[in-house]
Amino acid sequence: MGGYIGKILRVNLTEGKISTEPLNMELAKKYLSGRGLAGKMFTDEVASDVDALSPENKIFIAAGALTGTNAPTSGRYVVVTKSPLNGVVASSNSGGQWGAHMKFAGYDMVILEGKADRPVYLSIHDDVVEIKDAAHVWGKDVYATTDTLKKEFGDDKVKVLSIGPAGENLSLISAVMNDLYRAAGRSGVGAVMGSKNVKAILVRGTGKVENANPDVMKTVLSSALGKLRENGVTGQGLPTYGTAVLVNIINESGIYPVKNFQESYDAEADLISGETMTANHLIKKDPCYRCPIACGRYSKWEGGEGAGPEYETVWVFGSNSGIHDFDAIHKANDLCNKLGLDTISVGATIAAGMELVQRGYIKPEELDGTPLEFGNAAGMVEWVRKIGYAEGLGAKMALGSYRFAESYGAPELSMTVKKLEIPAYDPRGVQGQGLQFATSNRGGCHVRGYMISPEILGLPEKLDRTSLEGKATWVKIFQDLTAVIDSLGLCLFSSFALGLSDYAALVNAVTGANYTDEELLACGERIWNNERLHNLRVGYSAAEDTLPKRLIQDPIVDGPSKGQTLKLAELLPKYYAERGWDEAGVPTPECLTKLGM
Amino acid sequence: MRVTVKLFATFRDGRFKVEERELPQGSNVLNILEPLNIKPDEVAICLVNGRDVNAQHFLNDGDTIALFPPVGGG
Repeated sequence: MGGYIGKILRVNLTEGKISTEPLNMELAKKYLSGRGLAGKMFTDEVASDVDALSPENKIFIAAGALTGTNAPTSGRYVVVTKSPLNGVVASSNSGGQWGAHMKFAGYDMVILEGKADRPVYLSIHDDVVEIKDAAHVWGKDVYATTDTLKKEFGDDKVKVLSIGPAGENLSLISAVMNDLYRAAGRSGVGAVMGSKNVKAILVRGTGKVENANPDVMKTVLSSALGKLRENGVTGQGLPTYGTAVLVNIINESGIYPVKNFQESYDAEADLISGETMTANHLIKKDPCYRCPIACGRYSKWEGGEGAGPEYETVWVFGSNSGIHDFDAIHKANDLCNKLGLDTISVGATIAAGMELVQRGYIKPEELDGTPLEFGNAAGMVEWVRKIGYAEGLGAKMALGSYRFAESYGAPELSMTVKKLEIPAYDPRGVQGQGLQFATSNRGGCHVRGYMISPEILGLPEKLDRTSLEGKATWVKIFQDLTAVIDSLGLCLFSSFALGLSDYAALVNAVTGANYTDEELLACGERIWNNERLHNLRVGYSAAEDTLPKRLIQDPIVDGPSKGQTLKLAELLPKYYAERGWDEAGVPTPECLTKLGM
Repeated sequence: MRVTVKLFATFRDGRFKVEERELPQGSNVLNILEPLNIKPDEVAICLVNGRDVNAQHFLNDGDTIALFPPVGGG
């Protein structure tokens, strides 16, 4: 067998017990690995009424079926747990090197259960696994922690995953970081690790991931690499400019949210675009494991240098906060990496705070002298720090924009779906992406079905972004295909160039399986329905498949998409029907039977 | 008629970011591309006033044309 290692590491923190168990290959056939299998094991093992920050919640850190192989972009792993932000299945994935090295150490997945009685970290050196004291790094930022624990381990090849102070402080918008600045960012997964008193996980693996059909793989790999190279986005656009190249195109389309989604076009956006960043700030590219795209950036700013920033980060600390100061954006991003925070949710919460101030909900005396207003870059950076350390009003903001705005009686100013902050696309001007935001299993998220690809970028084909025609079908297919890509441990960006058949060829060559395209896509549909069923069990219903009032009722006020609205009420019934769900958004018995669930 | 032309990503190399152009009535996007030495198949996205159009699209006075090579991200 190739691809899968076939072994899971389970750590009971309460008892200090470390054990291994075989990977259930019958389940893996149906759910692959990564997001799929970890999600299935999570829903089987964790009762739906468990408090996300209690010892009864579990964390499944899982590599994909192809993670650590020579498949392109195969560096990803996922953190699956119950989200403390909104109670849904959190499945936050990340790139870098750590995930591949977990497989080299001999594990498809690490499961953390219970709660340690003191701060600890987990040290994995192939089959030598130890729970070690972490008192000396508790309270330290991600960079200092990584540096200290690497030195202690005594082998520079060790890879470090850790939380920062934000996760320790149980911030509901905290991330799990790896390789310093790669983030399993969304849904507050850092707080779950913090609640278990786990500061870090070190992996040093000396093994390798087997390949079932090396000869077949040569041909399949050559084809995939060729497509990634020839494709204009993966071969040229992303490598040259990074993800922030989107700033101008999303802005020129008139769907670029400004000042907490109050406006949708920024006349000064080019000041913080990928083009400007490449010309003035880029030091080098910084690719993840086995990635020929290399969209990752390493940049300089006034007084420092570091990773990123990505498109979403540039937008959220930039235009969405009324700011065009690249140095401030870099600083805010760097702070998020070090404190272990999700840039999207942090920036969106600060922007919501700016609007709460604008509308008089927050009184000046609550701010302790730190400005919280659109356009104030120095204030914005300081609020990131205060959120990370839960200082003053920052403690309230660390719970995310929904709870923060709700505490002032204005939850409608939180730009969230299911309490998760919506990323950098105004859904009113892009119908399929709007439907995707409303139905995403983890809330306001663009990487559960990136409809921007066909609706704006024209990949794999151009769709009219204002039309409803066929959008329910597209959204379903994109959501299911994304679940497959996530569960293979590949990067979603590969899908700009690769299609379902390419992924089937890769997984078949590496694992020796024999999936047809339809069977592989059915794995994605199964994964999607498993997540949906969990969300229904924890109390969500069709009523939460919606967006903030501003994005449903009000038309866009400015720019090229002025006057456009999201026609969600027309799209949702079509989507439910497309999925084989009933009118209440519940999977029907026929749908589940067809999927073998 | 007068239109605004905006170039992005590699289209800016050796050209410009934004310029105004005077064109005869009845001009289309191709009439913008030709003097810029940009081939139609190099253009991945052509927006006129924010709406995606093809190279044959006829222009009106006051239009803003935004031209992109293949780009993407997320």
